[in-house]
Amino acid sequence: MDGRVELIINSIPALLRGTIITIQLTVLILIFGLILGLILAFGETYGNKLIQKLTALYGKVIRSIPELVLLLLVFYGLPNLGFRIRPFNAAVLGLGIRASAYMAQIFRGTFKAVSSDQITAAYSIGMGKYMTFIYVIFPQAIRSFIPPFANEYAIILKDTSLAYAIGVAELLRQGQYIIAVEYDPLTIFLMIAAIYFILTFGVTRLLKLVEFKLKVPGIGAESR
Amino acid sequence: MVDFLSQYLIIDIFISNFGRLMSGLRFTFTLTIVVMFFGTIFGVLLALGRSFGSKPVAWLCTAYIEIIRGTPMLAQLFILYFALPPYGIRMTAVTVAYLGFTINCAAYQAEYTRGSIESVSSDQFKSAYSLGMSRWQTIFIVVLPQAIRWAIPAWTNEFIYILKYTSLAYVIGAPDLMTQGKFIASRNYQFFRVYLIVAIIYLIIVWISTWIIDIVEEKLKIPGFG
Amino acid sequence: MKNKPLVQVKNLKKSFGDNLVLDGISFSLNTGENKVIIGPSGTGKSTVLNCINRLIMPDSGEIWLEDKEIVTAENINKIRQEIGYVFQGFGLFHHLTAKKNVMLGLRKVKKISKNEAEDIARFELNRVGLTDVDDSYPAQLSGGQKQRVAIARALAMQPKLMLFDEPTSALDPELIGEVLNVMKKLAEEGMTMLVVTHEMGFARSVSDEIIFMEGGKIVEQNHPEVMFKGPENERTRQFLFKLDDLYGKGGE
Ligand SMILES: Nc1ncnc2c1ncn2[C@@H]1O[C@H](COP(=O)(O)OP(=O)(O)OP(=O)(O)O)[C@@H](O)[C@H]1O
Ligand SMILES: [Mg+2]
Repeated sequence: MDGRVELIINSIPALLRGTIITIQLTVLILIFGLILGLILAFGETYGNKLIQKLTALYGKVIRSIPELVLLLLVFYGLPNLGFRIRPFNAAVLGLGIRASAYMAQIFRGTFKAVSSDQITAAYSIGMGKYMTFIYVIFPQAIRSFIPPFANEYAIILKDTSLAYAIGVAELLRQGQYIIAVEYDPLTIFLMIAAIYFILTFGVTRLLKLVEFKLKVPGIGAESR
Repeated sequence: MVDFLSQYLIIDIFISNFGRLMSGLRFTFTLTIVVMFFGTIFGVLLALGRSFGSKPVAWLCTAYIEIIRGTPMLAQLFILYFALPPYGIRMTAVTVAYLGFTINCAAYQAEYTRGSIESVSSDQFKSAYSLGMSRWQTIFIVVLPQAIRWAIPAWTNEFIYILKYTSLAYVIGAPDLMTQGKFIASRNYQFFRVYLIVAIIYLIIVWISTWIIDIVEEKLKIPGFG
Repeated sequence: MKNKPLVQVKNLKKSFGDNLVLDGISFSLNTGENKVIIGPSGTGKSTVLNCINRLIMPDSGEIWLEDKEIVTAENINKIRQEIGYVFQGFGLFHHLTAKKNVMLGLRKVKKISKNEAEDIARFELNRVGLTDVDDSYPAQLSGGQKQRVAIARALAMQPKLMLFDEPTSALDPELIGEVLNVMKKLAEEGMTMLVVTHEMGFARSVSDEIIFMEGGKIVEQNHPEVMFKGPENERTRQFLFKLDDLYGKGGE
């Protein structure tokens, strides 16, 4: 029992290092996914026929391939094309590509949630484009954006663990390093699980709170 | 140029490893179907426990659902595969795959089911009670059938999700499509080409499954439901 | 009152937290009698009905259905079978066709055979004037049809008492008539009914007595003619006066 407490305390620094990598991965994947996803959603909603078709196809293909496969394709494929890539960057790119396809869906839903009547109404009371965006579109859009975003955040965070497979020293791999030396896998894995849980549950709860604070009757923030 | 192109000619690899890839695919499908079957049953029970169970039952179901959904699938597989043997619980990679994915799937199915249970309006209870039905009669005869109809799109989504996610069996070496790909690649060192084949196979089976699911959903439609 | 009443409500009280909703409600209903409850919104009308089949548990008081006391009854499901309940939102089971909606209680509660239940369902649907909706799902029916299916479903259980809680207020004006006609017919057939409604035409022509509730109390109960011509209570008069503005004078 004593040994276990010691093990827990001793493994904290290494697990924290892994946690930081996990968080870095999560943030970078989120940013990558958000930016590319927004562009794709614009393309699919407002682009010409060709662009609409291409962005839709991109989404359909990416969403049909397991992310582990995407990750490995990036990791082994880029060097094949002559680009060297570090495992960390391959993870951001591979998982980011996946995230972009789902983010695009979320953005598309958000665009749809604000009806064109709203914009017409804003113009009709003399608001300009800029004011319409700030006071009408954005406040409505953010409300339907938060719930699916929170969901996607949790998925991305948990799936950074796949970077383990290409050797990134994220939380799970740091744990494996400790286990290799200490051989108490259950304790270490439970600690890892607890850290993931805090990161997913804590942040999604926080976003729930924001959602609740912003809640207005009638704006259905319904999503899965 | 020819050299560059030949990099991407994958058909020869596909043909020479056809048997292995298909056996991986068969395992992937079997795993997915079994996991979906038991995951959905347990998921419904968990959802019922969370929504209608006594306090301790509801609390336990909630804890299960939230913990499983709050931790990575990979960590769950590792715990089953690497962390239990020191305690005398030894399972093969195949057993861990079946068990681990089912445990995970159940939590998600439970959450989808609960979502639709909550969307069944309270006047359904009111009518059922006024006919003299008991609480559990109402839950099983009136509420659950409606909830399930609402949950079907989420459930079938989950099928596609599990179909893709079983690729994680790769990390513990259960013989799914992905693991077979890794095996082939580790012999011919053509990682990219092999994984490209694997990706295309997933793409095709996911599209075919989606197409079939859409047809079935259309057939089973009831007016007033989605 | 010659014979023993079918329903007797005695000094019913109910609070939701600090909110005293029923403050000593007493009335009774003889077999075949029809009473209409009226009163301002939030006054506890629905709560009274919900207490009668114990969808809401009263804090104190007694409710008798013949010789059975409802508040303390051990097997409430048995008693609920004897009380039909029709409310504003229809409450049809969305996953079942009209016929199956009517059959469900017969099959699962009364454990009647499928064929027999089917016959009863057909009969009751006919009785409310629905002939070709057997296999339609609720989503395919109009509001008036839905409410009539709900009535048929309640009737199929062969209740001794029917409760109606604003059965027409969710309906488009042109559909109200078809539901009121069914209720009128039931009254003529001798069904005992307790109806919360603002349809004054119906109250006047069908009911034996109108109960005016306000603030959790019964302010006045009287014969409809008395109520409409010259209610004893000033509050009743004011309320009916306002209703005249809203709904027109008692069906005239
Ligand atoms: N389950 C409940 N929990 C808390 N308060 C309730 C509940 N049901 C009813 N109330 C309150 O009791 C009061 C009376 O409600 P009730 O529905 O009986 O009124 P009503 O006379 O039927 O009104 P309406 O004409 O609007 O239907 C209201 O203030 C309502 O808010
Ligand atoms: Mg009411």
